[in-house]
Amino acid sequence: MSLLEIKNLHVEIDGKKILNGLDLTVNAGEVHAIMGPNGSGKSTLAYVLAGKADYEVTDGQVLFDGEDVLAMEPDERAAKGVFLAFQYPIEIPGVATMTFLRTALNAQRKKRGEAELTTPEFMKRVREASGKLSISQDMLRRAVNVGFSGGEKKRNEILQMALLEPRLAVLDETDSGLDIDALKIVADGVNRLRSPERATIVITHYQRLLDYIVPDIVHVLSKGRIVKTGGKELALELEASGYAQFQEAPVAAE
Amino acid sequence: MPAVQETVDQVRRIDVDQYKYGFETTISSEKAPKGLSEDTVRFISAKKDEPAWMLEWRLDAYRRWLTMREPQWARVKYGPIDYQDAYYYSAPTNFKAPKSLDDIDPEILKTYEKLGIPLREREALLGIVREPVEGEEGEAPRNRVAVDAVFDSVSVATTFKEELKRAGVIFMPISEALREHPELVRKYLGTVVPVSDNFFATLNAAVFSDGSFVYVPPGVRCPMELSTYFRINEKNTGQFERTLIIADKGAYVSYLEGCTAPTRDENQLHAAVVELIALDDAEIKYSTIQNWYPGDANGKGGVYNFVTKRGDCRGANSKISWTQLETGSAITWKYPSCILRGDGSRGEFYSIAISNGHQQVDSGTKMLHLGKNTTSRIISKGIAAGHSQNTYRGLVSSHRKAKGARNFTNCDSLLIGNKCGAHTVPYIEAKNSSTVFEHEATTSKISEDMLFYCRQRGLTAEEATALVVNGFVKDVLQQLPMEFAVEAQKLISVSLEGSVG
Amino acid sequence: MAELTLMKNAAEQQLAAEWTAAKAKLPGAAPLRAAAFETFAKAGLPHRRVEEWKYTDLRALMREAKPLAVRPDAAAFATLGETDAGLGDLDARRIVIADGYLAPGWTDLNESDPGITIVELMAWLGEADLFRLNSIPDAARKDIAVSLNTAFMTGGVVIHVRKDACIERPIHLAHVFSGKTAAAIYPRSIVIVEPGARLMLIESHEGPDGIDYQANTALQIFAGDGAHVDHVKVTREGDTALHISSLMADVGAHARFNTFGYTTGGGVVRNQLFLRFGGEGTVANIRGATLLKGRQHADTTLVVDHAAAGCQSREVFKSVLDDESRGIFQGKIVVRPGAQKTDAKMASHALMLSDEAEADNKPELEIFADDVQCGHGATAGDLDEDLLFYLRARGIPSAEAEALLIQAFVGEAIEGVEHAGLREALIEAVQAWLKARG
Repeated sequence: MSLLEIKNLHVEIDGKKILNGLDLTVNAGEVHAIMGPNGSGKSTLAYVLAGKADYEVTDGQVLFDGEDVLAMEPDERAAKGVFLAFQYPIEIPGVATMTFLRTALNAQRKKRGEAELTTPEFMKRVREASGKLSISQDMLRRAVNVGFSGGEKKRNEILQMALLEPRLAVLDETDSGLDIDALKIVADGVNRLRSPERATIVITHYQRLLDYIVPDIVHVLSKGRIVKTGGKELALELEASGYAQFQEAPVAAE
Repeated sequence: MPAVQETVDQVRRIDVDQYKYGFETTISSEKAPKGLSEDTVRFISAKKDEPAWMLEWRLDAYRRWLTMREPQWARVKYGPIDYQDAYYYSAPTNFKAPKSLDDIDPEILKTYEKLGIPLREREALLGIVREPVEGEEGEAPRNRVAVDAVFDSVSVATTFKEELKRAGVIFMPISEALREHPELVRKYLGTVVPVSDNFFATLNAAVFSDGSFVYVPPGVRCPMELSTYFRINEKNTGQFERTLIIADKGAYVSYLEGCTAPTRDENQLHAAVVELIALDDAEIKYSTIQNWYPGDANGKGGVYNFVTKRGDCRGANSKISWTQLETGSAITWKYPSCILRGDGSRGEFYSIAISNGHQQVDSGTKMLHLGKNTTSRIISKGIAAGHSQNTYRGLVSSHRKAKGARNFTNCDSLLIGNKCGAHTVPYIEAKNSSTVFEHEATTSKISEDMLFYCRQRGLTAEEATALVVNGFVKDVLQQLPMEFAVEAQKLISVSLEGSVG
Repeated sequence: MAELTLMKNAAEQQLAAEWTAAKAKLPGAAPLRAAAFETFAKAGLPHRRVEEWKYTDLRALMREAKPLAVRPDAAAFATLGETDAGLGDLDARRIVIADGYLAPGWTDLNESDPGITIVELMAWLGEADLFRLNSIPDAARKDIAVSLNTAFMTGGVVIHVRKDACIERPIHLAHVFSGKTAAAIYPRSIVIVEPGARLMLIESHEGPDGIDYQANTALQIFAGDGAHVDHVKVTREGDTALHISSLMADVGAHARFNTFGYTTGGGVVRNQLFLRFGGEGTVANIRGATLLKGRQHADTTLVVDHAAAGCQSREVFKSVLDDESRGIFQGKIVVRPGAQKTDAKMASHALMLSDEAEADNKPELEIFADDVQCGHGATAGDLDEDLLFYLRARGIPSAEAEALLIQAFVGEAIEGVEHAGLREALIEAVQAWLKARG
């Protein structure tokens, strides 16, 4: 059984069609890249997988581990192992990052019937993961994403991913706004999580990130459908020739 | 904030009615005859064995009260209150001032145990030292807290009396203080909240039965937090406590009150008066966790909380700070205020007011700048959910002679759901040009994006709401004494139960 | 406190006597007038225990009621033609309303512009039904000043702008008190701007110093869907005059509504604004600047009623208070149930130039919808010493430095006036006020 199966997915927002019969199958152990021009539906796909409100699924099916994901609340999906690294991570004033991490981790563990982590064990994990991502203790004491730079926000997303150890990570334009050093740190973080049990979907506009997170399969998304699928060389091809070939007419913004 | 998870668990354990303090204690009690008359006032005064001047003071208040009307200006609605259909005095039977905790009715002790209030000195002495958590702020080993517990109309126990006495601090029920320190009580009682200040304060002056009295002598820093827990138990009983705290020159005291009541269908009246007096260089920090029964999901029952709290910064460079967490009561009508009389004095008001169900809150503060170079700060966080109405009402004023008066006010409101209302009514009156007043207020909805972000990380809608709200009120929460911050966080989450989804 | 039954004071008794004497002669709308007077008779003049009048105790400030002004004669009207309200050579179509009466024989029915008709209020009242007169926002309905205006109104104009018409030249309603002895005047005008139409309206009020006349003026504006209305009110009444004005506006969907009030004159001034946004997607700028000296008292009381979803309003009010003057701002933003996506921000700032001055500020939010962004900010204080020092260190004399800073402070509110000529005229007026201050 595949880890993720998306069949004929149609999604509208405010009556506007964004996804038009999207099919995608991701097996455990794979890294998929989804590329496409602005407005092709990339972020919509990420949000629908995570369960954001206002996205209306008008047709199709999404199975995660054989279960109907669309029927689940966002937190149930998270506990099953679906993780979204947000393109624009949200600021939560007054809530310390450390508190947030622990609350999230224990909420998921509890839903899965696992014991909560002890404080020393939790602290150990955070220290390890944050060290590798060059995240300072000071940042962890600050409120979630408040006053963080663009790069710090993205690293904070990867830190959460490292701690939550999802089975499917969806990275939505995680490379946007990162300089090359930050990009490497983030990519290393993602690569460390690669394993035969897990899968990753990397959503990106540019090929650059894929130099560091090498995908097994590359898809081109245009006007709400996968229009081409290939190996990692497809990304290089796109870099050279652009998306024009997949875009006969201008498409509305995402 | 590990409280979030615990909290949600705790909420789950609470039955339909969410209110965890809704149990009733069965003990026999002695009551004054029902209703209010000069006889009731005399009865209470006699029970307390009060000096003659005190009875006269009460009777004067009662006669003035008869000529007064309930204030109508607040944004709260309620049916007429029948002042003759309530008991104004209720005490556990055969109640004598206890010499030790062994003298106290075990049922009452059990009640306080259920409420999580350590009355037994032994227990309190041991303290509950919690493991400090790395990376978490605001958590430290629990300090010792001296507790005065008021059960219906009488104070049942005061802990740590001896140790406080050694420091020269007087902390005892006000009824006892009237007997043991009449000169002190007489000197200060009614000097901040005059007898006929307002309808409810005047009623309190006539019939108050107990409350706490604190005097901290010059230069003394009170060695521990002082705390009073109020509990209304009896049916149809109003609670009218009166608290008087005096910090003499250079003294410091931190005081906390907590309040609960059983679940009842009828409305219960609570009309308290609190007077604080800070002399030169003294500081009083007064914190409240108000969790009176708020009524059921349909707005039936609940406590009517009409409270007058006022602090007088009488001396130069004195400071009074009010911190309140208001989650309970069907109606809250309360405006803890500061009279900034002494030059260089400072007033602070930090407030979290959460309303859910059919609760109505009309609360805020007054900062009256009379002395030179006086400063004040107001931080108010209102959260309205369910069908509730939540109003901030505040006054900041500077007198002609209050040169260099400064105020900063920030009041933010958060709305959860579209059946509730959040209102802000500030009065800002500057009467000299060296005044600098700044005021800002915002009202907004709880952010869907924040909630979704939290839920994507595995938090349920309830947990996510509690987390975001705790973040919203953090500035104020930090002002609570550490010992109570965690309890406060839990209470916030409990009171938001049922507001989402 | 026992129920207070106030004895009628002299002013209230005089108003009652005026009413008895005048009611039969007042033109038109008799039932409406009677009902309005009844509202007053029951409540009396507003006093400090009436929340909306907390800072302007009319009962105390209006010791007596002046007799109703009589219509000026033609000669008097002729001499008033040049009234410019201190706005200089502003190019506008000027309509003079003296002592509450429109010049005799005035009519502009279809004469100069097919998009607009202007008729005398009472002439119009004769033919039209009364629903417009009676169609006033809730907050104004129980207001005593509005009731008194309705009871005693003597005249004014009805301006009607047709659908989609764009009136290029501003209309200037120039109100003047022309009498030699104190009297009471009650002008009332109605402006109907139909959907998609555009109008710039200036309203001015002036009179001689030293006469304690009483002006109670009311203006109703109905802005249809997609209309664009700019309104500017200039208040420069005589130094002992009592001036009460009530602007009542009902604004439709996707409209633009801008109003700016400039107040420097009058012994006691009360500017009331009752604005209702009844259609979605309207954008409004509501501003004011008040400059007071001596013992002047000016109160701006504003109710912005967001009754429909998705409207945006910005309120900016500035007051400059010298000597023993008293400036008051009460602003209430109401967001009704269902008025989601309301975006309302209100700012009120008082600059105190003298230790004897007083600034009272009451910015209120009353919110019954959750998906809103609302806020207010208020400050009171004197000129920034650091800024003053900086200017003086650059060689600018103290008085000039103060004037510069005051002008900048007031300028923020004036900026909102879209008409360039008018904006400049207002800036000049501020400069003149500062110059007179010395």
